[in-house]
Amino acid sequence: MNWQWFHRLGSPRWFYEKTEAWIPWLMVLAWGLLLIGGIWGLGFAPTEAKQGNSYRILYIHAPVAFISMSCYYIMAISGAIGLVWKMKLPFMVMKSAAPIGFALTVVVLLTGSIWGKPTWGTWWEWDARLTSYLILSFLYLGIIALQQAFQSRDTADKASAILALVGTVNIPIIYKSVDWWNTLHQPATLKLVGKSTIHISMLYPLFIMIIGFYVFFTLVLVLHTRTEILRRESRTQWVRDLAEGKHLSAAKEESVV
Amino acid sequence: MKFQFESLDAFLAMNGHGIYVWSCYSIVYAILLYLTLAPVISKAAFLKQQKKLIQLQKKSQTL
Repeated sequence: MNWQWFHRLGSPRWFYEKTEAWIPWLMVLAWGLLLIGGIWGLGFAPTEAKQGNSYRILYIHAPVAFISMSCYYIMAISGAIGLVWKMKLPFMVMKSAAPIGFALTVVVLLTGSIWGKPTWGTWWEWDARLTSYLILSFLYLGIIALQQAFQSRDTADKASAILALVGTVNIPIIYKSVDWWNTLHQPATLKLVGKSTIHISMLYPLFIMIIGFYVFFTLVLVLHTRTEILRRESRTQWVRDLAEGKHLSAAKEESVV
Repeated sequence: MKFQFESLDAFLAMNGHGIYVWSCYSIVYAILLYLTLAPVISKAAFLKQQKKLIQLQKKSQTL
């Protein structure tokens, strides 16, 4: 098996150059899907029989909840790769994922709370799903704080990676909390195994939003990582060339000559 | 697929749930916009700052 691609992941410059061309496509696709799905969910999906129109919050609440948990796995896996193979780039991805994940958990907690008021009659309840999800938000905050807490970049990265890995235990707890405990939060709408509890006409915009949010997450993770790469590699010649306005490929040819 | 509301007012009011639904969507799209723009702006600011730094270094070398 050819492992060249894996070793290339260790090169921040390779990642920076490679992703340059992806950004406009990801930008158009992510925002296009999010706008189409959002308008569909707001105005064209049928009204729900029990909850009325407040259920439309589902179209943003559920997909963001999915990606906020996927984001945690990506952060923890990046940290593990960085620890095991001592690569620079995975640590940069890990650091970039933390503030994105935190922003996403804030979105989920806020939209959940606003949805809870007309549906449950309360903004907040200390039930299993809500509490375990709040812990996820604190875990992201912990990683952000750890990154700032050490003078040495290396120590900060290793400590954050270990915290991220330990915190992964919380993700299955969040996922299964609605089955394990009798909670106020409704059970999963979409099921991988078994029948989903949602009508097909309500499902299309939800799928569009889920795909849209995954593309969006890829976009912002790439954007944040690229900025982080420049900060950490600021002393290298290629970043200096970039700052002076030289095009990367031109600078490369120059260095070859 | 048809528009579920009879008028723009009904669309905004959403049978009394308008305030909840619209506030959620506003918060989400505002945060998504922030997540998209923040790295782009900070990257541009960083490159500008580096450019200044390099020019200063070059000046001090020629002096």
